[in-house]
Parts: sequence; C-alpha cells; structure tokens
Amino acid sequence: MSAILEPPFPPASMSRQAARLQVMAFWTVMACLAIAGTLIVLLIAGFLVRESWPLISEAGPLRFLTDAGWWPRDGSFNMSPMILASLLLTLGALVIATPLSLVFATFTCFVAPPWLANGMRVLVEASAAVPTVVYGLWGITVIVPLVNQISPPGSSLLAGMIVVAVMIFPTIAMLSRSALQTVPPGYAQAASALGVSNAQTVLRIVLPAAKHGIVSAMILGAARAIGETMVVLMVCGNIVQVPKSLFEPVRTLTANIALEMPYAMGDHRASLFVAGLVMLILVSALVALGEWVGATGQRSAP
Amino acid sequence: MNTLGSSLPYPRDRLWNGFLWVGSLLVVAVLLWPLLIVVLEGSHALSLEFFTQSPSDAGRSGGILPILVSTLAIVSVSLAAALPLAFAIAVMLTEVCRPDGWIATSMRCSLDVLAGVPSVVFGLFGLSLFCRQLGMGYSIAAGGLTLACMILPTLARALTTALEAAGEQHRVSGAALGLSQPAVLWSVTVPVALPGICAGLILAMTRALAETAVLLFTSGYSDRMPESIMDSGRSISIHIYDLSTNVPGGMQNAYGSALALLLMLTVLSVSVHWATRWMHKHMTGASQR
Repeated sequence: MSAILEPPFPPASMSRQAARLQVMAFWTVMACLAIAGTLIVLLIAGFLVRESWPLISEAGPLRFLTDAGWWPRDGSFNMSPMILASLLLTLGALVIATPLSLVFATFTCFVAPPWLANGMRVLVEASAAVPTVVYGLWGITVIVPLVNQISPPGSSLLAGMIVVAVMIFPTIAMLSRSALQTVPPGYAQAASALGVSNAQTVLRIVLPAAKHGIVSAMILGAARAIGETMVVLMVCGNIVQVPKSLFEPVRTLTANIALEMPYAMGDHRASLFVAGLVMLILVSALVALGEWVGATGQRSAP
Repeated sequence: MNTLGSSLPYPRDRLWNGFLWVGSLLVVAVLLWPLLIVVLEGSHALSLEFFTQSPSDAGRSGGILPILVSTLAIVSVSLAAALPLAFAIAVMLTEVCRPDGWIATSMRCSLDVLAGVPSVVFGLFGLSLFCRQLGMGYSIAAGGLTLACMILPTLARALTTALEAAGEQHRVSGAALGLSQPAVLWSVTVPVALPGICAGLILAMTRALAETAVLLFTSGYSDRMPESIMDSGRSISIHIYDLSTNVPGGMQNAYGSALALLLMLTVLSVSVHWATRWMHKHMTGASQR
C-alpha cells in the first residue's frame, strides 16, 4: 500500500508541467500501440491482396474455377477440386461431430451424475487445447491404417473427415452444451409434469429451444474445420483430384498452400496467396454468420 | 440441471438413457484415444538423454535439445511482441474508451476477426511481410513475430478481463487521492490484476506452443542449435510433423516429442488453473477487507 502514498509515476519531485507531459506521452504511446494492434487485420488483408493482385487482375477471378487444371508451372490455376475437397471435408466432419456433440451435451446436462459431467467437461476442454499436429500424428498412425484395411490407400477424404471431426468436436460440444444450459429449466419441468417422456422432452422441446445456439456452434466448428491445415496435410493424401468416393485421397486448399509455398515462384506464388485470400474471406464470413446466428438466438430467447 | 434423469417412469426412457450413456462413453473413448496413444508410444522415447542431446540421423535418433531451445526462443519473441500491443489494447478498452462507443466496438470486432483467421493465412502474411519485405528470411524472429499476430486476440482478451476484474473501486479511490490515471494504472490496477495478466500470458503461451502451420514457412526447418534469433530454428510441433511425414522410421521420436509437448502444455494449463483460482480467492478476500 506504500506504493499509493508515494506514486512512482509521476514522481512527486517533478514539476507540474513535466508530469503532465509524461502523462500525455504515456497515453500517446498506449494509443499508438493499440491502433497498431487493431490494424493487423487490415495489414494481413492488404498483404494478401497485394501479393495476389497481379494474377487476379490478369484474367479475372473466375479463372480459378474455369482453367484447365491445377498445373501452376504452365499457368493453369483451377482450384475447384481443392475448394470442393475443403467443403466436403468440412461437411463430413460436421456430420460426424454434431450428433456426438449433441449426445455429449444432453448427457452432461440432464443424465450424467455431477462428478461424471464435470470430468467429461474437463476432458473436452483439455482436448480443445491439444495441438492439431498431435491429432495429425494420431491420424497417420491409427486412422489411416484402419481406413486402409477397408479400402486402400488409407490416406483419404474419409480419414481426414474422422480426424478433423475429433478435432472440432470440443468446439461444437462446449458451445452446444452452453446453448442447452440457457434453455429455462421450467420447459423441461413442465414437460415432465405433463407426462412427456425424457426422450421426447429433449428431442421435441429442449433441442428446438436451443437450436440457434446449436447452429451457431456448428458454423463456428465448420470455420475451424475449413481453416485446418496440419491434420489434412498429414492424413488426406494430398492428390489434386475430385474424389469419386470417400476412400480417395484429396488435397484441400489449406494443405495446398502449406505444400507448395516453400518452393513457389511468380504467378504460382501469387495463386497461393489467392487461395489464402479465399480462406480469409470464407472463414471470416463463417465466423460472422455463426456469431450472428448465436446473437439472434439470445435476443429471441425468453 | 439434473431435472430429467433422476427417475425413469417409462420403459422407453431406459432405452433413451442407455443410448446417451453408450454415446457418451464412446465420445470419452475417442477423445482419450489420441492422448493414450501418445503417452504409451511416447514414453518409450522419453529419457533424460532425449532432452539433453541434439537430433541425429534426421531426428531418428538423438534428442530434441536444440528444438526445445528454438521453440522457447520463438515463443519468447512472440510473447514479447504481443504483450505491449495486447496491454495497450486492454488499457484502451478498460480505461479510455466508452465500452459501447465506436472505437471500442471496432477494436473488439478487429480482434474477433483476427481470432478467426486460419493459421496458414498467418503463415502467408508472415512470409510476405517479415521474411521477404523486412528481410528477416526464415528465422526465429520472423516466426515469433508472425505467431505474435496470432496470439494477440487471446492475450488482449485475457488482459482486458484481468484489468476489468481489478475493479472500478481501486480506480475511483486512486483518483480520489489525487493520482493521475497512469499512476493509478501502474501502482494499483496492474499489481492487483497481475495474477490475471500472468494467466493470460500462459494461456497465450500454450496457443503459441501448439501452433504448427504458422511456422511452416516462417521460422525455417534447421534442427541445429540456433545461434541468434535471426537464425533459422525448428519448433517442436514442426519437428513432430517432419518426423512423422518426411522421415521414414522417425515415428518413435515423433511420439516422444509429442509427449514432451503435451507434458509442457499440461504443466502450463494446470498453472493457469491455479493462478486463476488464487486470483479469485485473493480478489474476493481483498474486497472483504
């Protein structure tokens, strides 16, 4: 408490004007640093646009969907197989992770004894902090050989979907759980009093009441899945093609950036920045949409 | 919240509860699976030598000492760069801007967008700005600065919460004693918020440690001992990626490194937990006095 009696800043011996100058300097420095931190987003967008502009302005943005194929050395930049792979992978991961998340959320909210619900919550939170490269390592050594036993080569769209589903599960599960917790307990109690079975109560009353929060959780999970790089780089096989089945290898947009950036030059390099720009816009749009859906739900909540 | 499950009036609900139990145990099993594999396979590789030797034979044998040093250097650079920015943002949000004014809103919005940017996009940005434009090349400094951009939202949010939790009351009492606003900030608010600030720093550190894609083409691949922060250095997550995909026979040490990484993250997370708890106790105690 002695610090309050003798403020070190500004020292008591200072003249009033010097002290005021020092205070001014402090706020100026703080404001500049804060503005710098706020502008990083624009800096990122600016650099991506600057690096990709030569290629976009040359033949228009549609060329990335209509070129003959992905042969960057011959100036042909068709990204559609990779965009399709990214979307399929995200969709598959959502299809696997969402039902499991809802089971987890319902179980921990309504059925599990408190100690078990608490333990599971800690496990899911810890899983959210596991590095994606560790999930990739698990994918390579466990999931890929398993998929290989069903249908070679193993490194495939399906393997990617499974591992990415496990990776995004904590996000969807925790957000869905908090969505279920915002449903007023009176709903469930009233249903019980009317003799509605537990299953009907959850499926017909609680889940519909929490639907905004759940959809928001799914969209935020999708944003994580589509931006994921390491897992897909390690388990999807990295072949540029439109997959004919779940067991065929694919290359996503993010994996393509990571694979080709170290040696790309000229237009090839610019095309990878275009892919980065597409990812930035796509993920920002998804996050904004997810937040918006969540906020709508909160506003309409009773 | 345990409003439904306590009694089972209908036979059909026994089926429903059974379904939920089985589904949840399946979830627990799937979540534990990667962790158990890493612990089981990795424990063969861990030994004292693993932490004190350099990698040899492309990482198949030897340890991870230079990789730990590089990782530490990258994380330190990123924290050192992100801390002043995050602190300034937190001070602006808590001390200066009106909470619902346009400046505070746009700052928060910018941080939210930054938090959503995919890590590989940060990598592209870092390559373009730090490695090429500023001429740092593939170096620990370039990787650390790129990582700083990535952890900035996490850190800024944690510091804002810490400063907010330090409380209006201290601020008002300080002002009543005739202290200037920066003086109150330095000698009252920051010391009170220090545990929260430390927890935020550790949280940001776990994010930085776990990241791979940002460093893939900014900090370089060299597994030598780095001589300065302008040297190329390989982080532990890149080491795991490289050993498991590019080096046949590197799996054992990949698992060893993964276990080392998980252990570090566990220690850090547990310490955040305790710091937060201690802070809670300390703060409520302080308000009662």
